[in-house]
Amino acid sequence: MAEISCDRISKTWNSDTSEANLAIDDISFSVESGEFLVIIGPSGCGKSTLLSMIAGLEFPTVGSIRFRNEPITGTSTHRSMIFQQASLFPWLSVIDNVAFGLSLQGISKNERHDRAKQYLQQVGLLKSAHRYPHQLSGGMQQRACIARALCLGTDVLLMDEPFAALDVQTRHQMQKFLLEIWQGTGKTVIFVTHHIDEAVYLADRVLILTANPGRMLEMVTVDMPRPRDMLSKGFEYHRNLFVDHLRSEVVRAFEEQELAEMLDTRIK
Amino acid sequence: MWWCLSLALFIGLWELVTALGWVNTLILPPPHEFIAEISNQEQFLSPRIGVARTGGNFVLLTAIVATLKRVIAGTVLGFIAAIGVGGLACYFDLFGKLTLPVITLLAPIAPIAWIPFAIMAFGIGDGAAIFVVFIGIFFLLTLATVNAINNVNQLYINTARVLGASRRQVMFRVILPAVIPDLFFILRINFFAAWMAVLAAEMVGVNTGLGAIVMVGRQMFNAKLMFLGMAIIGIVGYLLDVGFRQLQQRVLWWKGSSQI
Ligand SMILES: Nc1ncnc2c1ncn2[C@@H]1O[C@H](COP(=O)(O)OP(=O)(O)OP(=O)(O)O)[C@@H](O)[C@H]1O
Ligand SMILES: [Mg+2]
Repeated sequence: MAEISCDRISKTWNSDTSEANLAIDDISFSVESGEFLVIIGPSGCGKSTLLSMIAGLEFPTVGSIRFRNEPITGTSTHRSMIFQQASLFPWLSVIDNVAFGLSLQGISKNERHDRAKQYLQQVGLLKSAHRYPHQLSGGMQQRACIARALCLGTDVLLMDEPFAALDVQTRHQMQKFLLEIWQGTGKTVIFVTHHIDEAVYLADRVLILTANPGRMLEMVTVDMPRPRDMLSKGFEYHRNLFVDHLRSEVVRAFEEQELAEMLDTRIK
Repeated sequence: MWWCLSLALFIGLWELVTALGWVNTLILPPPHEFIAEISNQEQFLSPRIGVARTGGNFVLLTAIVATLKRVIAGTVLGFIAAIGVGGLACYFDLFGKLTLPVITLLAPIAPIAWIPFAIMAFGIGDGAAIFVVFIGIFFLLTLATVNAINNVNQLYINTARVLGASRRQVMFRVILPAVIPDLFFILRINFFAAWMAVLAAEMVGVNTGLGAIVMVGRQMFNAKLMFLGMAIIGIVGYLLDVGFRQLQQRVLWWKGSSQI
């Protein structure tokens, strides 16, 4: 049984207005329990939209998404999401932010702080536990968001470009750390990125989306043992494969945009 | 620093003009004279004179306390009620649809305009004054609460939801703390309208408090007393604002001071 399955889903934003915007168009795929799926695609193709539908924050206009064979009707404590923008609550200290999900469940302060500290340590923020978000750098804030999602201990992790704000070193460290967690706990991960090397380094399978509206361009299985060596042949091969796919998509996206703009100016 | 200089210049100029005899000191007494009036307050403000005309106890300190008590009671009640009603209006759609139009209609009525009604309804005394302050705070702040709630960053709400928050938890754990800073700012502005309304109420009907001192001064044709009352109103108003800012920093500990 698939952990998550999307069945011919489409999503139109503002569908009842003149500004209707088709973001996701007829996508079907499923994710097995314990799988690491990476989604890549050009900017604006609907990756965040897709992820928030799986989280249960938004709903497809057409089609259905199922979680363990049940249709998704809202958010759930089985799935947590890390957003593209850092989203710490500014009125809570870092440790209280990380423990926020636990406090919603009524877990005592001592216990939730203990658990929060464990994850803060893993993302290298233990020293900043009692500072407030506005005192942290962007990358530190995003790491705290990751700790917050992990602290909840959900079976599914939805991650929307979580490492985009980090420098190369920290990014690589976090990738390794994420793989460790994933291998150690058997979580299901759906991970969005722009970064091709990141996709090849992490993924079991990679879903490539077309430029707006997002359709399925390809589903590629990355069949390499971990830890993966970025200099190996296999790595090189997958990298080139994805670069080719994405290049043509990005070019198409830009051409379409230019065409639209040309038409716009002509009409005016 | 500039503060002291500015004040000294103003008082100095005033003293100079009166000392030169350019104005009638009966109507515009120089500062040192009306400040000296404090020592005479027993004579001018004692119950003996006050009783006949106003039935109140007019010693200066009691006047300040009386006014402050009204302003603070009305503000606290108004703030709590506004957050309560605004929150309910957002939480229960139907309740909001039923109440908000009325509140929107009532909000533009200046608190001062409510004074006659307040005195009729509550009689002369604390009740009327507190009511006027409450009205001045409540309507505008309720609308501000609704507006602030609708403007809470969707990202915070979504974050709480994926972390497993129920609708009620989103309201109390996310929306409420997120809107408090905005509301505090608006409260501070509206507070002065309420402060003025209380003084006006004290002048026209509620015959105790700082506003009444100024009025008694006029009735007895004692300009010194009038100005003494005015000076104290200014000072107390300023101190209240300072206090408010302190409180704001205390409540909004998580914001850098530059963001307030
Ligand atoms: N809340 C929203 N309301 C209306 N339209 C939206 C909303 N969120 C996204 N869109 C639209 O949906 C489309 C896809 O947006 P989305 O954020 O999913 O793209 P993305 O693939 O995550 O892009 P990026 O890589 O830049 O983050 C865009 O055209 C965007 O304008
Ligand atoms: Mg996105």
